[in-house]
Amino acid sequence: MNATLRTQVGQLARRSVLRTLRQPGQIVPALIFPLFLLAVNSGGLKSATDLPGFPTDSYLTFALAVPFMQGALFSVMNAGTDLARDIETGFLNRLALTPLRGAALLSGLLAGAVVLGVVQGAVYLSVGLIAGADLAAGAGGALVIVALSVSVTVAFGTLGLFAALRMGSGEAVQGLFPVFFVFLFLSSMSLPLELLQTDWFHAVASVNPVSYLLQAFRSLLIEGWNLGELALGFAIAAAIGTIGMYAATRTLKTRLVRT
Amino acid sequence: MSEQTGQAGIEAEGLVREFKNGPRAVDGIDLRVAPGEIYGFLGPNGAGKSTTVLMLTTLLPPTAGVARVAGFDIASEGGKVRGAIGAALQEAALDPLLTGREHMRLQTALHGIPKAERTERSDELLARVGLSEAADRKVGGYSGGMKRRLDLALALAHRPSILFLDEPTTGLDIQSRTALWDEVAGLAKEGVTVFLTTQYLEEADALADRVGIIDHGTIVAEGTPAELKAEIGRPTVEAVPRDIADQERVARALQPFGEATTASHRGAASVRLEGGESQLADVVRALDAAGISIEQLQLHAPSLDDVFLAKTGRSLEGAGEDAESEPGSGEMEAVGAS
Repeated sequence: MNATLRTQVGQLARRSVLRTLRQPGQIVPALIFPLFLLAVNSGGLKSATDLPGFPTDSYLTFALAVPFMQGALFSVMNAGTDLARDIETGFLNRLALTPLRGAALLSGLLAGAVVLGVVQGAVYLSVGLIAGADLAAGAGGALVIVALSVSVTVAFGTLGLFAALRMGSGEAVQGLFPVFFVFLFLSSMSLPLELLQTDWFHAVASVNPVSYLLQAFRSLLIEGWNLGELALGFAIAAAIGTIGMYAATRTLKTRLVRT
Repeated sequence: MSEQTGQAGIEAEGLVREFKNGPRAVDGIDLRVAPGEIYGFLGPNGAGKSTTVLMLTTLLPPTAGVARVAGFDIASEGGKVRGAIGAALQEAALDPLLTGREHMRLQTALHGIPKAERTERSDELLARVGLSEAADRKVGGYSGGMKRRLDLALALAHRPSILFLDEPTTGLDIQSRTALWDEVAGLAKEGVTVFLTTQYLEEADALADRVGIIDHGTIVAEGTPAELKAEIGRPTVEAVPRDIADQERVARALQPFGEATTASHRGAASVRLEGGESQLADVVRALDAAGISIEQLQLHAPSLDDVFLAKTGRSLEGAGEDAESEPGSGEMEAVGAS
């Protein structure tokens, strides 16, 4: 990365982080809502641990993986809404009149998602552990969980950027929230893949990448160090991020029709 | 940083922008703006002003025609054009969550101004537009005038030789408008070429060295405000008698000087002076000779609205109400992209 690009990414990252920190309305729901659902699910579905083959006797530990995914879904909305607002207000045109490179714009915008990912990862894990969840991988595992949280948050954030560039409207980006939530529900969110008895649901959850992202978090919480599942989780996050970034970059080129 | 662009201004020939399934927003305009000149681009809403600015600032490719800005071709040398120009587009595009100083920091950095100079340049520009005290407040709390002034400061960050201002004073109160006019006039004195779109007659009249009047995507008149008004209008003189019963006598006394027009005061008579304003002394003598006691005598110079009326058959005020609204920049980008 040359000095110019570094400066551009740095400045836009700074702006993205400042924007994120100055909008408690973005951070607080992303922290509260997943923890609220965690409390409800871990209480209501506790008896699922009695099922033969359930990997742990603590449903809280099993369910603790879910907030990381839900938090990442918020990053779709936050990153996407911020960019859509820049398009709507003409701020993107202001940036387009500078020698700014598209890659710098998108990378900088994701800096806010990184901050959100770190905060979310640390808060979810801390609250979960305080509430009595296990962390089989120990202190090192906690760091990897936060790193995985950041990876997933950034990966999903690229999808938000793509949606914003494609639709150019903050409302339209927010309208995608239920769609992304469906992906979460059609995964191994509530039960391990092996215990999903309904054929169609099992088939859908088996091809849903969210199931494997959840499994990567659970491996650290329940099993300890399962490098295969961890690698798969990071690889899926990287793949989603790469696809999202590629789509966003292409759409940015058509959105920024400067000569 | 802006490149050395010599003394080139803005030149356009046959510039056209046509939108998919939409109107021909700009329909073959020719422009010549000399370096250091303030060019007022006057027209109602939807006339094609903003579309022209977006093309000249490289944010929208023209459908046809050529244009050079600061000596660079807008279609093939977009990067060089952007390096030489500053622009404050319609609606101050600012981030309400950032402070004025943070905006300046971002803008100076993105324009590649060396780190050591950024703070000094930002402070200098914030002071210039009168925002030093408000520099550390979030822009969301700024008034409309403050936002416009910050917008102007941002456009000047990299010392551009040409400045595009798209309706910079729309929605501002008189005080803020006058302050911005002073600033723009000051820039022109420093040699900056200013391309200013406006729908305010008085703004074009007060600021512009030359004015182009655009309607339905074509330039219908161009020249200095004085030339345009001289070409079209002759002044009118209106006499208000001390006793309104003398209205008929006043009208008879004024009749030799030209065609009668509608007077704006009750009991007054008004004519358009065929021989121009030099006839005013004769008018005074004629009224005196008729023995009419006059309370008020007013000479109305022709306005740019008279010019617009003569060229288009409509008054500028309200002309935009019938016009199809000019597409917003976001919409145009989407169309242009397809």
